[in-house]
Amino acid sequence: MSTTTTASPNEAKLWGGGKSPFNLEYGKVMMWYFLMSDAFTFGAFLISYGTVRFSTNGWPDSNEVFRSFPFAPEGVHAPLVFVSIMTFILIVSSVTMVLAVHAGHNMDKKGVVRNMILTIIGGIAFLSCQAWEWNHLFHEGAWWGANPFLNADGTASSTNFTNFFFTITGFHGFHVFSGVLINIIMLIMTLLDKFEQRGHYLMIEKAGLYWHFVDLVWVFVFTIFYLL
Amino acid sequence: MSHSHKADANHEANNAAVMAEIKKVTILLSVLTIVELILGFWMIGISSAALRLAIKGVIIILMMSKAFYIVAYFMHLKHEVKNMIMTIIVPLSLFVWFIAAFLWDGSSFKNLRNTYNPYFKEQATIKVEKKEAEHEAVKHEAVKHKSGAGEVKKKPADEKYY
Repeated sequence: MSTTTTASPNEAKLWGGGKSPFNLEYGKVMMWYFLMSDAFTFGAFLISYGTVRFSTNGWPDSNEVFRSFPFAPEGVHAPLVFVSIMTFILIVSSVTMVLAVHAGHNMDKKGVVRNMILTIIGGIAFLSCQAWEWNHLFHEGAWWGANPFLNADGTASSTNFTNFFFTITGFHGFHVFSGVLINIIMLIMTLLDKFEQRGHYLMIEKAGLYWHFVDLVWVFVFTIFYLL
Repeated sequence: MSHSHKADANHEANNAAVMAEIKKVTILLSVLTIVELILGFWMIGISSAALRLAIKGVIIILMMSKAFYIVAYFMHLKHEVKNMIMTIIVPLSLFVWFIAAFLWDGSSFKNLRNTYNPYFKEQATIKVEKKEAEHEAVKHEAVKHKSGAGEVKKKPADEKYY
């Protein structure tokens, strides 16, 4: 299903210089390779989480740990509610990012601006949710090196759970934060007509790749920490 | 779908197709997430280890399909040249070994410790009180123990976290 039709059927000609064999702009290829290396970083984090969890007899029940949401009454038990909101915020912001890239293809500056603003709002909303959750867990006594939650079977837990949770969601949150910064810069550049002058919106596509990757990582983090 | 930077007129013709694809993938991702969440809620009340494992397997398959749709359509990888797809996908196949080897290693470490480290094994059978109910610990100590789980110990009061 790949569009190899656009590439020359003649391999020697394709790699003989004078044309881009990947049919992609240099910056986009490099963004892909950066994201691949970043995937290994996140993969290493998540696999080490899995390894430690597999090597331990008990583990805290995520439905007990993540059971609250903002303005919830004391002692509420609502597992998965808040994190599903966070997940949908990130999915929606990913969709608006696709729409911004699509508007960029059509040289539709207004469409790019509108969808970039929506994407930035989504990113800030996600970060706010995460800030609330971290703050809430901190006030329950959870932090690096401190785990107030018992294992699901009632036995004493180690601090592995909170260490991994704060490290991995923190690293992901930092990616979201830098993604929001990149998107803000892209928005400013769009508003300054930088891309109109260049004649293309390729920078929006590169920022888009990064932003989708952030969403992609959340798919894994969300599933592994909150569902499994 | 055409390539983004091939600035030509067939963008206009493809606009509707692109929008339809975005819509389709958005709906798919939402449905997959909702199914994941339903499975997650369902799993809360289930105690059968085999069934839980089966549900977890389904959730992982759903997670992988979500990842596929994001990478293939939102990140546009499916519409790139095949060589480009391969330079991304082939290195990522290292994850097959990465995941299998390390999870196997973790589980092996647990088995070894349970076999050769009596303290490690004992810790998994001793229930402790939740922090809020610590002062009630003495009263409920007798009722709390699991059948055949050995002796019940109270969590030391001076030790706040484990």
